[in-house]
Amino acid sequence: MIEFRIHGRGGQGSVAAAYLLAAAAFEAGFECQAFPAFGAERRGAPVMAFVRIDRNPILLRAQVRNPHYMIVQDDTLLQIPGIAAGLRPGGAMLVNSRRPADAFAARFETRVVTLPATDLAVREIGKPIPNTALLAALLALTEALPQEALAAALRGRFHGATLERNLALIETAAGLVEAGAWKEKHDA
Amino acid sequence: MREALEGSLAIARAVTLARPDVVAAYPITPQTHIVENISKLVADGDLHTEFVSVESEFSAASVVLGAAAAGARAYTASASQGILLMSEVMFNIAGLRVPLVMTIANRSVGAPLNIWNDQSDTMAVRDAGWIQLHCSTNQEAVDTTIQAFRLAQETELPVAVNMDGFVLTHTMEAIDMPSQEQVDAFLPPFEFAGALDPANPRSLGTLVDPDWFAEVRHSHHAALGKALERIEQIDAEYARITGRAAGGLLAVADAPGAKVGILAMGSVVGTMLAGREDLGAEAGQARIIRLRAFRPFPARALRAAVEGLEKLVVIDRAISPGLGGVLGTEVSAVLSTMERAPKVYNFALGLGGRDIPETRYAEMLALIERPDAPRFAVLDADLEKLPPEDR
Repeated sequence: MIEFRIHGRGGQGSVAAAYLLAAAAFEAGFECQAFPAFGAERRGAPVMAFVRIDRNPILLRAQVRNPHYMIVQDDTLLQIPGIAAGLRPGGAMLVNSRRPADAFAARFETRVVTLPATDLAVREIGKPIPNTALLAALLALTEALPQEALAAALRGRFHGATLERNLALIETAAGLVEAGAWKEKHDA
Repeated sequence: MREALEGSLAIARAVTLARPDVVAAYPITPQTHIVENISKLVADGDLHTEFVSVESEFSAASVVLGAAAAGARAYTASASQGILLMSEVMFNIAGLRVPLVMTIANRSVGAPLNIWNDQSDTMAVRDAGWIQLHCSTNQEAVDTTIQAFRLAQETELPVAVNMDGFVLTHTMEAIDMPSQEQVDAFLPPFEFAGALDPANPRSLGTLVDPDWFAEVRHSHHAALGKALERIEQIDAEYARITGRAAGGLLAVADAPGAKVGILAMGSVVGTMLAGREDLGAEAGQARIIRLRAFRPFPARALRAAVEGLEKLVVIDRAISPGLGGVLGTEVSAVLSTMERAPKVYNFALGLGGRDIPETRYAEMLALIERPDAPRFAVLDADLEKLPPEDR
């Protein structure tokens, strides 16, 4: 099983990202589970969402406490004490930021990759919604699922110009990170 | 067809497959996505039903009562304070023996205000006289929702389908949606012999004096008792058509030589199964009993399911303050007639949305081996947070 935790702010599409990642896993033939940890929902407030991917049916319904991978959709969230709590040894964190990974890596003692996903999203889709670019980069880094599975998940959720622009965005974003840098043997 | 779906959307689609004539609901967290999705299906022309937007849950329940009494297949959904606002009408629906279906997206009841999952809402209307079924996965929730429509019309009783708020309603997972052809083969058009008919005028809901009230209650109790068999038969019939049963009255995940059991309702069952898997075989595994039918309460099936156990942990997702766990107390009562009943340990977990980790499985099994193990506890309450006099 591979476990993911997505951190973002209300309005950035963190729950949508979790659903897209789960849908992509389903498209690739995996069992999947995605759910939010809702607080009192409002724009800008910190939110979390969880994803599990497995070859076998997923029985567990607890929140993800020990993710293999984290996506952080807003680098200001990294100021929250304990945000990376439970990240597995050997795990990794993908951060939406204009700053280089070195700016965060030392503080978190884990592998960090940054991607200016909001800038990419504004350029490609005209909206500051970084979620799909980050998902594409995560899949490129981990090679946990093929990019085509994410494209299929996007086709299930969007259509028309929004779909076309997001498909272009994920292709761009996937090309900006080192393919397979986080590739590992998972039991998933 | 298997699809990755959010639980709430899957329920809206299951309701659509049942071809309801009338849907009335008022949105409340965490039921909202169910109603939103039904509303969208209606607007998109995928669901042909009379969708009645109402100003409160009291009206939602009243509309479906009236609709079903007039011979319509009717559906509503609610949660938490919404269920409490419905409660007077819920007693009327059941007491008038009106068949309809409601989803309860289980949530705590305030105060204190809390939007998260436990099962306090459904327990607050435990005695309303409805059939009450619990689901541990979204697949079961879909299958149980479709079954509920048939169960309601065959028993002439209302059916509440419970699914844990957020934990199921807001979770996307792979769900095998039955086809319209399968559901049409399983679920005949709505027929209700007791429906009001201008050609054959009758009264519904008249004053019942002491000469008849006891008989009405006896008959209602007997009707729920008779529903036990129907729940099993309908689940088996559904399995014949779709290839998948939803658990009958209860489902047992046994372990070789188990001397300890864990009984629970709802999504916590999966987490306990995961905890058992993690612990491995050496530790001595517990038999895990998933209770699907809470009303009617399957006393006989339950006694058979615990046969051979020395200890039984009953997980409660709601408490009756001043007594203890609701489910635990009821299980203790029905096991008391056994020659060798297991000793019951009743633990409330996950009240108001407290996350339930799979490690609770091992913790509970270790706890009940201690001589000072409590027979009831709100197990995950951190007493250090409370002033000494409240501990």
